[in-house]
Amino acid sequence: MKIAEWKALVSEQGCYEAISRMLEKIAKSMLNGYITVCRTEALKLAEEFDKGHLKGKIAGVPVAVKDNITTKGIRTTCASKMLENYVPVFDAHVVERLKAEGAIIIGKTNMDEFGMGTTTETSYFGVVRNPYDLKRVAGGSSGGSAAVLADNEAVLALGSDTGGSIRCPASFCGVYGLKPTYGLVSRYGLIPYANSLEQIGPMANSIEDLATLLEVIAGKDERDSTNSGKGFEFREEKIVKIGLIKNMTAEEKVMSKVYEVLNKFDYQELELPSLRYALASYYVIATSEASSNLARYDGVRYGHHLQQLSSWSDYCSKVRADGFGEEVKRRIMLGSYALSAGYYGKYYLRALKARTLIIEEFKKVFSRFDVLVSPTMPNLPFKIGEIKDPLTMYKMDVNTVPVNLAGLPAMSMPVGFVKGLPVGLQIIGNYFEENKILSFAKMVKEIS
Amino acid sequence: MVSIEDVYHVSRLARLFITEEEAEKFRKDFEEILSYFGILDEVPENVKPTFHVLELSNVFREDKAREGLEQREALMNAPRKEESYFVGPKVVE
Repeated sequence: MKIAEWKALVSEQGCYEAISRMLEKIAKSMLNGYITVCRTEALKLAEEFDKGHLKGKIAGVPVAVKDNITTKGIRTTCASKMLENYVPVFDAHVVERLKAEGAIIIGKTNMDEFGMGTTTETSYFGVVRNPYDLKRVAGGSSGGSAAVLADNEAVLALGSDTGGSIRCPASFCGVYGLKPTYGLVSRYGLIPYANSLEQIGPMANSIEDLATLLEVIAGKDERDSTNSGKGFEFREEKIVKIGLIKNMTAEEKVMSKVYEVLNKFDYQELELPSLRYALASYYVIATSEASSNLARYDGVRYGHHLQQLSSWSDYCSKVRADGFGEEVKRRIMLGSYALSAGYYGKYYLRALKARTLIIEEFKKVFSRFDVLVSPTMPNLPFKIGEIKDPLTMYKMDVNTVPVNLAGLPAMSMPVGFVKGLPVGLQIIGNYFEENKILSFAKMVKEIS
Repeated sequence: MVSIEDVYHVSRLARLFITEEEAEKFRKDFEEILSYFGILDEVPENVKPTFHVLELSNVFREDKAREGLEQREALMNAPRKEESYFVGPKVVE
């Protein structure tokens, strides 16, 4: 459902009725998209809307918020046992912005634990199922946000993207998702996994809605020292030079869908040789930052704890062993290894150098192109439990991670189905050129 | 290439207690993954590392005192507290 359709529904039935019906749908859902449903709060706000007290750009619109974004007074778990009962005492900056525009936060969505994963299979609260095939994954880590949008269990959603975590589930669930330029949206209140790579971003069922939500959440915030201070306003722009990144590939049937779309335009093919380092560079940097960002979970000030207090090191080690899932432990250990004495130069420093090469290469290419495109994911959504090997799973991110390394904006838009499963097209833009990405997406939508 | 001692060493650095079974599983995972990371050896030495994508540095705010969390709020999620303190395990062993 789109914002315009929701508003029409609300003028017919009233907000309270519309929200009640949505809550009923959520209660019956097979997708497991929500960890927490804000039933009481949502109905109260719906009443306020019907009385004329809720104002703003997205007043009365139900928004799903990924569960790694803090919401004051509402449990925020990061889909982990470690934060199972953590109730934040502050709202994330983006949540403040949503509330200022009258949004109704309808629930906190399921995700991979601490954002570490491509399928939501690492969630402590169970996997999110794909709305098009319940035996398949919804993608990750913002799988819950994508699934609830596809199933009319929300009209707008917030996700976060560290290595593809908005774009992958958007692709697998047939919805729109955008990772903004690094620094466009404040990370204050985003519980960190890899802070030099991640951004909160909008997810929606149309390009217009995506743009509206981005306008709401983007902007200056002094509490995030990596925030650029820039805002966002949607403006249609002319797109002429389109480049297909040849070395971002996918399985044959997915590629034919991509070509089906692209052949309606004038485009050029190009190769980015530095991309061969991207996956390794990403996983070294992300796991290194994760090992630092997750060091705060010690069972003392908040989060999971154990009954017996022993020595600090012992207690801490046992709380963490008990509170974290396997994938989180794996990444913390890999990151600690990559940063440890003797290995820092071999892994971490080299990964940062590879990052420079990738950034330089994109900069050169963007002097010749307006937007770059590729398939979002190398495969169609796979079956739950199908991929067991960590490295095979990591390789699913191969088309999405270069964007995070460079800090560029990128979106995934649905471009059709193969074997009944959604296919996504990734559109990458230059720094702060979200308008070009959205404009090209509109061009694609118009011809399909 | 990755020894079981390496794995235990890293688990101590990361303050993560692991079982023998987990240690062996992680050892195998790390060997595979770190071997894949070996592609980074091909990155030329003379390239400058990128620490920040936006090249912002020294982002400061004015040195003026501001409202912070109330003590009650700060202690709200603590599993163990006493008066205005967090209660934790013994630091000195």
